[in-house]
Amino acid sequence: MKTAFSIRNVEFKNRVLVASGTFGYGDEVKELVDVAGLGGIVTKSLSWKPRDGNPPRRIAETPSGMLNSIGLANVGVHAFIEKKLPYLRTLDTTIVVNIAASSFDEYCDVLRLLDEQEGIDAFEINVSCPNVKEGGLSFGADCSKTAEMTARLRALTEKPLIIKLTPNVTHVSEFAKAVEDSGADAISLINTLIGMAVDIKTRKPKLSTVTGGLSGPAIRPIALAKVYEAAQVVDIPVIGIGGISSAEDAIEFLLVGASAVQVGTANFIDPTTGVQVAQGIEAYCRQSGLKDAGELVGALDANVEFSVLQSWL
Amino acid sequence: MRLQDVRIVSREQRAEGLFALSLDAREIARMTRPGQFLNIRIDHETSPLLRRPFSVSRVEGDTLEILFNVVGRGTEILAGKRVGDELNILGPLGVPFRVEGEYDLAVIVAGGLGVAPFPLLTGALRKGRKKVQSFLGARTAAHLTEKYLVNVHVATDDGSLGFRGTVVQLLEEFWNTEKPAKAKIFGCGPTRMMKALSDFAGSKDIECELSLEGEMACGIGICQGCPVERASGEKKYSLVCVEGPTFNSRDVILG
Repeated sequence: MKTAFSIRNVEFKNRVLVASGTFGYGDEVKELVDVAGLGGIVTKSLSWKPRDGNPPRRIAETPSGMLNSIGLANVGVHAFIEKKLPYLRTLDTTIVVNIAASSFDEYCDVLRLLDEQEGIDAFEINVSCPNVKEGGLSFGADCSKTAEMTARLRALTEKPLIIKLTPNVTHVSEFAKAVEDSGADAISLINTLIGMAVDIKTRKPKLSTVTGGLSGPAIRPIALAKVYEAAQVVDIPVIGIGGISSAEDAIEFLLVGASAVQVGTANFIDPTTGVQVAQGIEAYCRQSGLKDAGELVGALDANVEFSVLQSWL
Repeated sequence: MRLQDVRIVSREQRAEGLFALSLDAREIARMTRPGQFLNIRIDHETSPLLRRPFSVSRVEGDTLEILFNVVGRGTEILAGKRVGDELNILGPLGVPFRVEGEYDLAVIVAGGLGVAPFPLLTGALRKGRKKVQSFLGARTAAHLTEKYLVNVHVATDDGSLGFRGTVVQLLEEFWNTEKPAKAKIFGCGPTRMMKALSDFAGSKDIECELSLEGEMACGIGICQGCPVERASGEKKYSLVCVEGPTFNSRDVILG
């Protein structure tokens, strides 16, 4: 049974990665997870300088989900290269480095520096963080800026370039098409949805930044619809993200057109989730008599049956 | 650090709304030091979604004990658990209290549920041949548990037991009469109490370690959800989960 897939010239051993910001730089979980069971690790977002992140409170729980307003707290690209990359190089999985910056130039500078380093297999570009004042959504919600960013970064690297899209736009498919046309090798979606929660005792917002990014199982149906929409219009691989915590969840994303998935918030509850999801997909494929997990990609049967679904009962 | 399914071996109500659960968790029990915590998955549903952090209150052979108040949905579900039920726990987490040091008298100061980490610490202090005095504050006598603590002084908000007032006021009285030398304070409780304690320790130049709380998802430094402001240094924040939960009171600015 073939589990591997490729983006550009890079092979991922299976179709399950861990999402940026939910797996640190890999070293935090070394006592708990054998990352050899993952298709890849996407690092915490990196910027040129270290970022402190937002003041507390940064997280709040919501029904089947959580809001965060971390504000891209990270060690900065230089400390990453010096202190984090050596460990990542020793891992038996594909390393995707996520970049989040505040300007075109900063994105380019970070990517240029990282492109010279050994041990980085691919880049994911976060143009869609809802929790920072500059960069983030001011790029990600502007189709022409997102496309321009993609083109500029494309010119700087031969490594796979994955653009991470926001759901906080009217038609994500326009953005998907625009970044494909600008040279992206893949798209990943969705980043978090803008959300808010209020403490009615104090009448204060539960996050210091008032609004934050919603993630977790609560957003899965939205993510699935966005991935479906994007996958209709592009030929490059789509990586599905949003509330995935089991193989069943992941298979839904593959069926609607995702070539791979990322497990995010579920890592906070159990960092071994990604490995379990990968094993579960493999077991499902074997049971279904498939030779390649890729046969699931886009295999949605759109003929809706008008009988009561068993899973309803 | 381990991720383990463990069984509840006993459940006891210790005070008004305050429960103790003992968990059979051999490996984690052996590794746990005073001041460390567990991140517990309350159940396997998606709501509540996140784990909840609890200080380890006691280690007795292979069992770990946690103390908790019923304050929200997570602790309400936890309070409904029975002996024999399983919980998934991640631990031990965080930096332990620093028991070693050039002090003779350990002064424990706890407000409300802040008492949780101190039975385990008391054992370690006594093993280290430190003298221990314990100051406990609670709303009323009914909300108080002194179990497994030694040389206890009590303050209650309503005066239903001991000193009427805050535990830090009680501590100040003790200090003014006893004038202890070579002492170190260990504190845990609500933020307001810990701020007062931190100010007191600062004014008398006493070493003081605090065990802080923070809303956290992962407990292992990944989610970056639990920052506490640092008093100095290059970084603006420390993470409660991996750089704490125990901090020297001089190193943090309490919100």
